[in-house]
Amino acid sequence: MIRPYGDTLDDGKVQLSFTLPVKASAKGMACARDLARQMGLSDALVVDCEAVGEGFSHYVVYGRVPYGVDEEAITVAEVDAPVMSMEEVESRIASAFDRELVFVGASTGSDAHTVGIDAIMNMKGYAGHYGLERYRGIRAYNLGSQVPNEVFINKALEVKADVLLVSQTVTQKDVHLKNLVELVELLEAEGLREKVVLICGGARITHELAKELGFDAGFGPGKFAEDVAAFAVEELLRRGR
Amino acid sequence: MKAIHKLGLDQALIARCRRDAEVIAQGVQRHIDERTTLSVERSVLRLAGVDGVDKFGVPLPNLMVEEVLKGGELARGITVYLASALKATGLDSQAFSEQFAAGKASLLGHPLVAPPEALQILRPFMVHSFDKIRSNRSRREALMAKYGTPKTAIYVIVATGNIYEDVTQAQAAAEAGADIIAVIRSTGQSLLDYVPYGATTEGFGGTTATQENFRIMRKALDESGEKLGRFIRLVNYASGLCMPEIAAMGALEGLDMMLNDSMYGIIFRDINMQRTFVDQYFSRSLNAVAGIVINTGEDNYLTTSDAVESAHTVLASQFINERFALMAGLPEEQMGLGHAFEISPEVKNGFLYEIAQAQMAREIFPKAPLKYMPPTKHSSGNIFHTHAQDTLFNAAAVLTGQSIHLLGMMTEAIHTPFLSDRHLAIKNARMVQTTMGEIADEITFRSDGIIQRRAQAVLAQAAELLSNIAETSLFTALEEGVFAGVRRSPEGGKGLDGVIRKHPEYVNAAMAYIKEGRQA
Repeated sequence: MIRPYGDTLDDGKVQLSFTLPVKASAKGMACARDLARQMGLSDALVVDCEAVGEGFSHYVVYGRVPYGVDEEAITVAEVDAPVMSMEEVESRIASAFDRELVFVGASTGSDAHTVGIDAIMNMKGYAGHYGLERYRGIRAYNLGSQVPNEVFINKALEVKADVLLVSQTVTQKDVHLKNLVELVELLEAEGLREKVVLICGGARITHELAKELGFDAGFGPGKFAEDVAAFAVEELLRRGR
Repeated sequence: MKAIHKLGLDQALIARCRRDAEVIAQGVQRHIDERTTLSVERSVLRLAGVDGVDKFGVPLPNLMVEEVLKGGELARGITVYLASALKATGLDSQAFSEQFAAGKASLLGHPLVAPPEALQILRPFMVHSFDKIRSNRSRREALMAKYGTPKTAIYVIVATGNIYEDVTQAQAAAEAGADIIAVIRSTGQSLLDYVPYGATTEGFGGTTATQENFRIMRKALDESGEKLGRFIRLVNYASGLCMPEIAAMGALEGLDMMLNDSMYGIIFRDINMQRTFVDQYFSRSLNAVAGIVINTGEDNYLTTSDAVESAHTVLASQFINERFALMAGLPEEQMGLGHAFEISPEVKNGFLYEIAQAQMAREIFPKAPLKYMPPTKHSSGNIFHTHAQDTLFNAAAVLTGQSIHLLGMMTEAIHTPFLSDRHLAIKNARMVQTTMGEIADEITFRSDGIIQRRAQAVLAQAAELLSNIAETSLFTALEEGVFAGVRRSPEGGKGLDGVIRKHPEYVNAAMAYIKEGRQA
């Protein structure tokens, strides 16, 4: 069993902060403490209480969690692909394919953020990891943001895409889920779903979620172009493309 | 504001940049002068007093412009059609709108009046709207004089999607010390070719910009301001396909600032460049009269391009935005030129480069209320790290005397800010402002040191870029992807079908009225 670690093994210490719609007061602090108790924390300590506008107060609370986790019993859905560098991906493509692989990417639906798709596709890439546009053996089309699913699919058809990359940044009210599901449905309706490797990514995307929605893989924070490319290339090979 | 010279910038080179920016903007202005857009024409209707929607919720300005587009000659200007209809029916613009909404009146089928008469017929309605706009302006000026304005104003955003929830958050932020509140727009609104109507409670990543929402937030901030003894400024977005109409609504409802860029929509929203150039001219002409400070968007270039390598594109764009603004009659004091703190914190001496960039903007545009944007690109889910980065950004803002200080949120890249995120951000900024106090006046930069050399190099690069663009054209530069690494074609993007070449007898009652004022 593992427990949160404050400064001693198994002390179970956690920190949390939240706002309550009450005035900053002794009563507010008691409310915060009671909330912590209901969350299962013992020895809850309200270390800060501060007014945040009229009728709201913000709390910082420390406490001890009585629960533990059996690490052995936890399984995580992870993308099953070898770790490769850009050069390794390039030589893998060169040796296994006699053509360029076509990647089409976009931030779809009403999402106006390009940060995710740019990080994976732009020549410059992100945090020192070059984007797919730089890869030899990959022809990358970045359609940018606010691309309707229909437009996205038409482009995929037009350029005979092997791999589709969808980025979703805005997740308020789960708008990204509707959008991602709609894409899968449209692809299925067009009979295209099995013809492409379908990948989604974004700050709130996990591989598990992606699989659940009908994607081949999902990439969250800390993943770069080479991770996406490695998966896509291996998946295409697996399918005998 | 007295001129500051801490960077040893070459003044002759700055003057050359301005000359090239003028050549660049004039090349585009010739194109602008020959064209109008659907949204410009709809703005004329709004300023003439046409408002409301039909029973299907379609805005009347859209319906009227469409009617003329289909059955008349919109190239003559909606002014002529509205004036002719008012003359023939004997109605005022409001009564006519009601008849039109009920399907009992049309803009077509009336004898067309001559352009001078059309201007004369619509003039009283323009006077009515512009009187309101001018009174909003004097009210703002009076309040700012009464309460004073901070040297570095704290700017935060609200974005719940629900205007009433936004009010709660905005008032809390004002209470915590915010001077400026921006209501972020719902994702995707920039691509709507109409402005939604009424109060709204649903939105993704932001709240729909509507005239009623403007009114609700204005009233709420006025209440807070009065209670707190400060003037709280309100911001929205005159951008996207409806840029001119939103500028008109903002002016009518007493907004204080508008995000309004000459190229942002082209680059980041793939809006057609001809459309955007025409729209930005009309919007800025209106913002100028309304005394609204525009916020330009070149800071965004650094979210896709590298902040060290592409710093000069931001400066070049500031020069271009400045010139476009001047051409629309907008004075320097209303130019919130944008820039951002986006250099990776892993870059050695990155903070020094940030100081160089911010100080350079301050010295080159001494009268402009510069808008300084927080780090976003290198913020991850680590809220503690992001908060620390924001502190550095706050320090840079104070060190270089920025005017509009858009605060970073520790939960950047996670969600739209919690009430507490905003509070903690304001607390951080105020702490830095207080403890660093007058530090800007105490500091000079080492002659030929890292900061000076960096600023001089960025200026030289910007000068070269501007000179290259001046030799070709801004259209070409956008085609080549000079800004933010994004390529756009003059015939591509959204909204080109809403660009109309003017008839030789084209008139525009709103522009005519604005120009009358410029000459007075």
